[in-house]
Amino acid sequence: MSPLTRRSVVVALCALPVLAACSAPSSTSAPSSAAAEQLGLADGYEPESLHPLLGYGTEGASRIFDGLVAYDAARQLQPALAAELPSPSADARSWTVRLRDGVTFHDGSSFEAADVVATYRALLDPASASTETTTYSMVTGVSALDPRTVRFDLAFPYAAFPHRLTLGVLPSEALAEPGPAEKSPLTTKPIGTGPYRLAEWRKGERMVFEANDSYWGGASQVRRITVVFATDDNTRAQRMTSGEFDGTVLPPGLAHTFDGRAGYSVISHRSADYRTLMLPTGNPVTGDAAVRLALNHAANRQGMIDALLMGEGEPAYTPIAPALAEYAEPGATFAYDPDRARQILQQAGWVPGPDGIRQRAGQPARFTLMYPASDTVRKDLAQALASDARAVGLDVRLEGLGWEAIEPRMGADALVLGGGNPFDPDLASYALLHSSFAADGFNNPGSYVNPRVDAALDTGRRSTDPTARAQAYREFQRAYLAQPGMVFLVFLRHTYAITGSEQDYRARGYQPIIEPHSHGTGWGPWWNLEDWKVSP
Amino acid sequence: MRQMVARRLAFAVPVLVLVALAVFLLGAASPFDPIFQYYGVGIFTASAAEVARVRETLNLDAPVLVQFGQWLGGLATGDLGHSRSLRQPVVEVLVQRVPWSLLLAGTGLVLALVLALVLGVLTAWRQGGWLDRAVTATAHALEGLPSFVLALGAVAVLALGLGWLPAGGLTDAGAEPTFGQVARHLVLPVAVLGVSQAPWLVLHLRASLLSALAEDHVIGARARGLAEHVVVLRHALPTALLPLVNLLGARLPELVTGAVLVEVVFSWPGIASAVVSAGLDLDFPLLAAITLLTTAAVLLGALLADVAVLLLDPRVRADG
Repeated sequence: MSPLTRRSVVVALCALPVLAACSAPSSTSAPSSAAAEQLGLADGYEPESLHPLLGYGTEGASRIFDGLVAYDAARQLQPALAAELPSPSADARSWTVRLRDGVTFHDGSSFEAADVVATYRALLDPASASTETTTYSMVTGVSALDPRTVRFDLAFPYAAFPHRLTLGVLPSEALAEPGPAEKSPLTTKPIGTGPYRLAEWRKGERMVFEANDSYWGGASQVRRITVVFATDDNTRAQRMTSGEFDGTVLPPGLAHTFDGRAGYSVISHRSADYRTLMLPTGNPVTGDAAVRLALNHAANRQGMIDALLMGEGEPAYTPIAPALAEYAEPGATFAYDPDRARQILQQAGWVPGPDGIRQRAGQPARFTLMYPASDTVRKDLAQALASDARAVGLDVRLEGLGWEAIEPRMGADALVLGGGNPFDPDLASYALLHSSFAADGFNNPGSYVNPRVDAALDTGRRSTDPTARAQAYREFQRAYLAQPGMVFLVFLRHTYAITGSEQDYRARGYQPIIEPHSHGTGWGPWWNLEDWKVSP
Repeated sequence: MRQMVARRLAFAVPVLVLVALAVFLLGAASPFDPIFQYYGVGIFTASAAEVARVRETLNLDAPVLVQFGQWLGGLATGDLGHSRSLRQPVVEVLVQRVPWSLLLAGTGLVLALVLALVLGVLTAWRQGGWLDRAVTATAHALEGLPSFVLALGAVAVLALGLGWLPAGGLTDAGAEPTFGQVARHLVLPVAVLGVSQAPWLVLHLRASLLSALAEDHVIGARARGLAEHVVVLRHALPTALLPLVNLLGARLPELVTGAVLVEVVFSWPGIASAVVSAGLDLDFPLLAAITLLTTAAVLLGALLADVAVLLLDPRVRADG
């Protein structure tokens, strides 16, 4: 718009009598943080449904629902709707859960074993078309031993199974009729047992949660949480500046614009949320062991973190986050060493061609790297990696695409993939790197096959002895490192802007956590709002 | 006239069916795959076999004509179907959102009309004056300006720059949709919509008023020494208004698309955002219902405009 027309627009607008009548001086009623019983947050992502079977709050991050178990600040499972942690049979193929007494759903009905059984049976029922079935594929049966005890039977011994029990439990009455979960009223009018009930959901705009006075853990002191949805990052930052919200989730660059601004603070959480380069085995270049190893040495991970993420990240070499200290193999890293990368390529027969690009037996060292076009972080990482690869003589062509276009090409072209889980190494690595999941949807899309990795992952999955598991996952990392199948780049840090200070937040009950891939206002500094105190 | 109305209404039915069919065919030809929207991040952990089974359960791979047939069958029994992208029955989506869109489009239309009447009369009356020159220039500039550019400019200046008005939404965060709240948030989108639609009406009214002012009955009225405002408002304006009614009918589609863009920019919770998500997620039932609704609104608007002209102007006759 030229200055002239903009001026005329303003003139035209100001000429409107209706405008003059309504343009009272800005007195936006910012929710004052003194009114600690209420909290207004802004989220960039609006859930499409609130049905646990369609993926809502599956890692336990839900205010409306409780799972049988839930995570505490130290990422340890604690009983929620269970009375105590699930106990395995000797072969870890069946798990018994005793249930908590005196729990009621938001609709007043009481919580019993039948509700747990109904929830998990509906999940496994193909008629529900649940999106979460794959992660429960080991469950062969769910039964109520008595009204307060439930038993899960598994197809194979599975040590990490209690982590699957964070799924929100629904009342059996609401699941009485089998049918697609997407058509159930629960998608928009959820009934859970959680610390908050859904008071209002204006789609596309906001969600209001109200404290559940009959919550089994005691009524929350933060009485009302309003989550406003604003998908655009800049809009959210702008509205945060104008004092409209108490907090929001922002990418690092925007979050740090609140550094040192009076009345605001920035909180950043470590995560197991990795970004990695998926390298298809079927491609003659990315499938070559030397190219894979060389890429891992050529990638300047710390440089990417400093330049692209404002320092908000940690280098990644395997899917096991450093946060999982008891499982992380300390030496499982690749040094940033372009010379070594060149040497590896040279020794494997990839020699520089006339255009500077290496080649071997007429095959140029060239591959395409895809990234989801709408994701700027992945685009930036892809560009940085392409330039690092170019420095050692590998030609990486970039293509930003939609998921529809990416999916059919994953067998032939590389891809910037994201994911991650800080709770158990099995959840973080099995489906990603075990050969039994090769090219199974988005699981192990590069068809990575390594018998040593398979054996270690299987040992970790089947053993319930913590020491044996820790050993297995260290061995897994060593085996992977000897023959990497991907280029793990970074574990992102998730950044949040809040009003007030982190000290205030801590005084009220906030505890820092390490987050999985998913984040937002359900995680972040607000993950345990139900435990907050109004007056410290 | 009754005959004409009946004929036009009967003709509307096949038009609507064809439009709906076109929506299904276009959707089927688009590259979007609804399974990604259905799964969300769950797609990254789901096994291929599981995804295939869900596809089958949800009937996603049925040929487009079969899906169209099922939808048409449901429509015949009054069932508009279920919106996959919003996980709500389509009826519920419409009931929740259409009133907000009507409020915005209706107020915008009224504003555009008021602007047209006031500015059209003033500019024609004082043709060549400073107001005439300013308004005509502005109107021509605005005609070439897409409504979303105007909307973004208005947000930049009035909401972010001066802070007079909220930049978007139906209410402030956490506030109830009270009259005051909604009115405050309605001002900017309505102003943008009204101003973006007004130029055609202003210029059109100005032109027809100018020619009316030169007509014999107006010259006669002036000769009889009637007051100037009586001459302009009572004698010239009524003749000039008739073509405006026609133009209004013809510009309804513009109003609808303008409203869609304005809704998106101002995060107004009307049907526009539903259109966007329905389009990206190949949500056939919702897409078809909204398209039908807007097509019907346009057809009905044109019909009402014609009827109005018939009633207002005794010289015009319904053909046949």
